Amino acid sequence: MTAGNEFNRGFDFRAAIYIKYAQAVPLAYTIDRDLCIGCGLCEKVCLAEAIRYDDEPRRTELEAGAVILALGNDVFNPGNLDVYKYAEFPNVVTSMEFERILSATGPYLGHVHRPSDLKEPEKIAWLQCIGSRDMNQCDNPYCSSVCCMYATKEAVIAKEHSEHPLDTAIFFMDMRTYGKDFEKYYNRAREEVGVRYVRSRIHSIEEDPDTNDLILRYADESGNIQVEKFDMVILSVGLETPKELKELAKRLDIDLDKDHFVETATFTPVETSRKGVYVCGTFLEPKDIPYSVMEASGAACGAEEILSDARGTLVKEKSYPEEKDVSSEEPRVGVFVCNCGINIGGIVDVPAVTEYVRTLPAVVYAEHNLFTCSQDTQEKITEVIKQEGLNRVVVASCSPRTHEPMFQETLKDAGLNQYLFEMANIRNQCSWVHFKEGEKATEKAKDLVRMAVARARLIQSLPQPTISVDHKALVVGGGVSGMAAALGLADQGFHTYLVEQANELGGNALKLVSTWRGEKIADGVEEMVRQVEDHPLIDVYKGSNIKEATGFVGNFETTVSQNGTDVTLKHGAVIVAVGAEEYKPSEYLYGEDDRVLTHLDLDSAVASKEERITKAKTAVFIQCVGSREPERPYCSKLCCTHTIHSALELKEMNPEMDIYILYRDIRTYGQREELYREARSRGVIFIRYDLEQKPDVKKNGDGISVAVKDPILGRDIEIKPGLVVLACAIVPRDNTPLAQMYKLALNEEGFFMEAHAKLRPVESATEGIFLAGMAHYPKPIDESIAQAKATASRASVVLSKDELTIEGVISHVNEILCRGCGKCEDACPFGAIAVAEREEGRRAAYVEGALCKGCGACSVACPTGAAGLRHFMDSQVLAMVEAGLGG
Amino acid sequence: MTNEKIGSVIVIGGGIAGMQASLDLADSGYYVHLVDRSPTIGGLMAQLDKTFPTNDCTM
Repeated sequence: MTAGNEFNRGFDFRAAIYIKYAQAVPLAYTIDRDLCIGCGLCEKVCLAEAIRYDDEPRRTELEAGAVILALGNDVFNPGNLDVYKYAEFPNVVTSMEFERILSATGPYLGHVHRPSDLKEPEKIAWLQCIGSRDMNQCDNPYCSSVCCMYATKEAVIAKEHSEHPLDTAIFFMDMRTYGKDFEKYYNRAREEVGVRYVRSRIHSIEEDPDTNDLILRYADESGNIQVEKFDMVILSVGLETPKELKELAKRLDIDLDKDHFVETATFTPVETSRKGVYVCGTFLEPKDIPYSVMEASGAACGAEEILSDARGTLVKEKSYPEEKDVSSEEPRVGVFVCNCGINIGGIVDVPAVTEYVRTLPAVVYAEHNLFTCSQDTQEKITEVIKQEGLNRVVVASCSPRTHEPMFQETLKDAGLNQYLFEMANIRNQCSWVHFKEGEKATEKAKDLVRMAVARARLIQSLPQPTISVDHKALVVGGGVSGMAAALGLADQGFHTYLVEQANELGGNALKLVSTWRGEKIADGVEEMVRQVEDHPLIDVYKGSNIKEATGFVGNFETTVSQNGTDVTLKHGAVIVAVGAEEYKPSEYLYGEDDRVLTHLDLDSAVASKEERITKAKTAVFIQCVGSREPERPYCSKLCCTHTIHSALELKEMNPEMDIYILYRDIRTYGQREELYREARSRGVIFIRYDLEQKPDVKKNGDGISVAVKDPILGRDIEIKPGLVVLACAIVPRDNTPLAQMYKLALNEEGFFMEAHAKLRPVESATEGIFLAGMAHYPKPIDESIAQAKATASRASVVLSKDELTIEGVISHVNEILCRGCGKCEDACPFGAIAVAEREEGRRAAYVEGALCKGCGACSVACPTGAAGLRHFMDSQVLAMVEAGLGG
Repeated sequence: MTNEKIGSVIVIGGGIAGMQASLDLADSGYYVHLVDRSPTIGGLMAQLDKTFPTNDCTM
């Protein structure tokens, strides 16, 4: 029985009993009850007896201290929109479908084909904002935030995958590449990869019935209708809350806003309307992966704050029998060869491999199992280790990436050091790739196991020393991010030092008036300051700087200098929340005329209702001042929203004021789009300009004149404003000294670099040090607070432990061979190895185990062979090579 | 009703956000019930081909 495979968006088929995709976790079959004809064959043929065919749905009641909603969202279904003919034309597909088309595990195995005739397309168009920023064809006024970037990525990858030159064109209204390093990717796509970007409005799509080619009719920026033919059209669909989630929110008594996203507030960005229930990800608002991950940790922090008294009450530490010392024993190797059901056993002659293994030196035991990874086999292995006195274990099965930790656990249960284990991958690297050649695969499996046994004989127990953890934290920076991080940590019960350079807490937020949602920022900041200053677990150091820092995760020592007095603080984790600052421009008459203001100037002038603001008849906002320029190739993310919010405020104060916004792309991402719509409806005039033709701001007698070319009218316009507001870039502070002290990396622009752009957005590459707020990248208050809370959650993983275990596979230095040349120190990306005076007059390298990641770079760099990587010593690796060659 | 707090958290949704929240909680001493409507975790992200800017495989 087959049905459309949902995972591949219906492009191929799956059976009634199926695994969703090859890397699924858990990797187990599911029965599709709607499709199943009830033959029960699956239960009879399953060798592992894993199928309970008559299983019924069960209802389970769970008790918990908090709930986190990470429900995600659905992609928009464009089937009902007349214009795009999604349901009608086979070569019109959604961006989600195209993801599957591009994927190596997708219906075309990663080759770019179009559905109608499987031809490789030569021209592909992407249409942006399908189901987003649209009140006419659907009811989604918001921007979905992710589509500009994914369309760009899809175009770049499609070009890479195509065997012939592929023309890719993205039809858009505003290009919203506002995230960290997004603008650079966009520039590269446009300038180097050759993706075309067409600012336009789509009129219609027609199909050539003979070829299934698509004819796209669109209005270009000046309003002229253009016609272009494409082989495929991709609809860049947005995100929306599906009916089930709306109903679930109702059942859970959670308020949704008018766009059907969870209602939250700027200063409590992950809290729902119901106490103890937190939210994260796209259920809260459309957003990309890094911000979903940040919010997830932020939501976890929320739960951890209210449950800190109960931390550890429902989990227990596992205990192991005492470890046996095998260092003086001859190797006694036991080998377990896995059939992996029929995955290996159906191709490789597993009994023959097992027989062969018994002939190898030092092997005292060998057996084969249907599934070596099954629970009962683990128990069996534990028994065999004890009965046969095994001191090395080899498993010949699948990939150590997925299964090594589990088998190492079994060794520990049997009283062996976990490093006395070796794996031979006879599935992924043998039976799967040689599935048509069983005999040869069997020979190769023998080779692989022989190599593994050769190495296993030489591997040694490795110590896993522990280091104690100081439960205190240090937060650098007392702005909104720093305060949120400190509160997140202290509310979890961790004593926190908060160091602020200025004489008061609050940072940039002190200079801002209101959030885009209209909340008074001063109220929120004052409340945070009060909470921080009153918190018994937070020590605040104002007017202070970091002077020196040493140590590593769990054990940092930082010297803070306050009014010329130094204090040394010991702490287990560091949160870097030093913020960023507004760029002070040298163009557009800034500093020459007091009617030319930056955003922060404007906010303070609005707050004190200055006459130059209230009396102005005309205001001009200029966007991207200092941003998206060759010397600063990033979008400052906040300025479009800030400008439009300010424009609306000015209109509120003086409805007669004429307001012009000169922009390059309006980037009111997510629900901020609503401001843009409101501003247009209230008569704010938006004029786009190009980087090559920036507005010209001049003194004109007593007045100011602004000239700009209107691309719609195609001619120059002159405005004589009483007020010019410059939407200036957000620039990093001088982060180099701090970065050097804590060994942190900065990106090209000077913002702190996270460990992984997508999956570890709040961690630095140095363990125990975390990044929050604008030190990482320009971001608004809600995102800064979510990220700050995320750092508090990530830091609590370290701070909640009494000790940390150091990985056994680390470098070590043979001091007799070491000449102290320092090549290893230069090669180490983690600052884990350094040359120091070890004894009188003798310098040698030394490894700080807590910092070493076991990459082996030092052992490659070492000219004398003094630096080596444990568990991968030359002798061990060479034994494998010899066994491999000498079969 | 007592003030005794329960040291466990229910996370609903096993996509990238739900998995991250669960890992944070479990790694710092809380019992986690991770609930998903699908037979596998991974959510929408598992269906994406690659992620920019590095074009890393999403798996």
